[in-house]
Amino acid sequence: MSGAALLQVDGLTRRFGGLVAVDGVSFAVGEGEILGLLGPNGSGKTTVLNLISGALRHDAGQVALAGEAIHGLPPHRVARRGIARTFQLVRPLGSLTCRENVAAALAFGRRRVFGTGAAAEIEALLDRVGLGGRGDALPEALTYIDQKRLELARALALGPRLLLLDEWLAGLNPTELRQGIELVAALRAQGMAILMVEHVMDAIRSLCDRCVVMNAGRVIAQGTVEAALADPEVVRAYLGDDDA
Amino acid sequence: MRRGAVIVAIAALALGLLAFVPWIADGYQLSLAIGILNYAVLATAWTLFSGPTRYVSLATVAFFGIGAYTVAVLGEVLAWPVVLLIALGTGSVVALVVGFATLRLSGVYFVIFTFGLAELIRQVVTWFEVNVTRTLGRYVFVDISQEQIYWQLLGLTALVFGAGYAIRRSRLGLALRVIGDDEVVARHLGIGTTAAKVALFTFSAGFMTLCGAIMAPRWTYIDPAIAFNPVVSFQVLIMALLGGAHRLYGPLLGVIPLTLLFEFLLARFPNHFSILIGLAFMAIVYAIPRGITGLVEQASARLRRGAAP
Repeated sequence: MSGAALLQVDGLTRRFGGLVAVDGVSFAVGEGEILGLLGPNGSGKTTVLNLISGALRHDAGQVALAGEAIHGLPPHRVARRGIARTFQLVRPLGSLTCRENVAAALAFGRRRVFGTGAAAEIEALLDRVGLGGRGDALPEALTYIDQKRLELARALALGPRLLLLDEWLAGLNPTELRQGIELVAALRAQGMAILMVEHVMDAIRSLCDRCVVMNAGRVIAQGTVEAALADPEVVRAYLGDDDA
Repeated sequence: MRRGAVIVAIAALALGLLAFVPWIADGYQLSLAIGILNYAVLATAWTLFSGPTRYVSLATVAFFGIGAYTVAVLGEVLAWPVVLLIALGTGSVVALVVGFATLRLSGVYFVIFTFGLAELIRQVVTWFEVNVTRTLGRYVFVDISQEQIYWQLLGLTALVFGAGYAIRRSRLGLALRVIGDDEVVARHLGIGTTAAKVALFTFSAGFMTLCGAIMAPRWTYIDPAIAFNPVVSFQVLIMALLGGAHRLYGPLLGVIPLTLLFEFLLARFPNHFSILIGLAFMAIVYAIPRGITGLVEQASARLRRGAAP
């Protein structure tokens, strides 16, 4: 990675009572880079996303987007600065049509486009994720992957500089997974920087430029995917001491 | 665009016709019409905020009472428009303060707080009147006729509908629908949820306060128990729910039948009125959770399906 990072995380820490869920985590995401955030269940990955996006308050450490501190900002300010996220369990706005779901993000994100000027852009965003022609549908009428597509369109409508994907590729069948990977690859080709929490190894190997591996709240390895996964401590974290 | 023009034209025509009511109606009918307009303003104003956000407020009478009391205190001293402006200002400031303090609460906590708020204001006014001004109860001497009350309420009804129509088409309206759907997602979409909720809560409270101020001259005598009667908050809630809180015109469909029903109940069973209101409330929520508008929409959807080949 060269020059200043797009996202810089330094010593990020969050405690829940006596449990240190995220413990001095540091890493960086460069412009146009896809960084994978890996680790066993409960290792603190989603908490890191929640801290970056402002859903949770941090106890210590810093987060900077393009050199400007964003830690401690409420979620709507983080979103307006240019960080969009999807949710581990999809959360489409069920009482709004697909078009309105995207319109809301377009109206309040970085771009603040609303009304007649937004119509063409909404259709383009739906097209971009493969939901062209479904604008009038309610989310409940969509399949699981299409709901995930909708969430992605909504995140993109914010006009983000960094996209946080929380297991966006989980729970898809093989065909859907291939389509999903192509979609994320297309976003990278357009220059979008992405931080993705993911368990699906095929996706990690084909998409991530680098990865950070967490265990019990701490970063135990980072680097290229091959190197990080070969790290003895990572093998131990996933397989346990006896098998290593 | 064309559809909007048609709606505006129909609304203007209805308004023009309704303006003639005082010349046609006798005293009883006029008083009934005033009652209907009163609740039409209150229930529509309630729906402006509580409809999209799904925050159920029982503070309606707190603001209504503030408006009524402003008139009782200042009505004789100042010119009528100035009194209305002061009432509006007072109600809005209270709503702003209360909004910032409470709109972080959600669900049932918010409901209980708003109910408590109306009681608190009533107790504070009572305490103030007893200990400071040493008068519990005031005479309202304002030279305003029933006809003038009717026309003012009709104007306020037009304003609250116009405002509701504009808000629904605005960014703020979209923000409130997103908040009502999923507040966590709303925040991550860049919506300042607290600011949006407080803005609309205050706006809605402004209409309720004005309504109370305009209605005050109907009573020649008011005391805190009359001005801050909690039954009003519940009636407004029932009417809005019966009509359907997800449409702007919804509450109106609840206001007209229920004002007539409550009028009947109050005349025939004055001692059992609260119990009967409670039963009506339960029956409505249980039988038609999406209100009359929900029934109408269902029926028209079925018709369309039936007509389709």
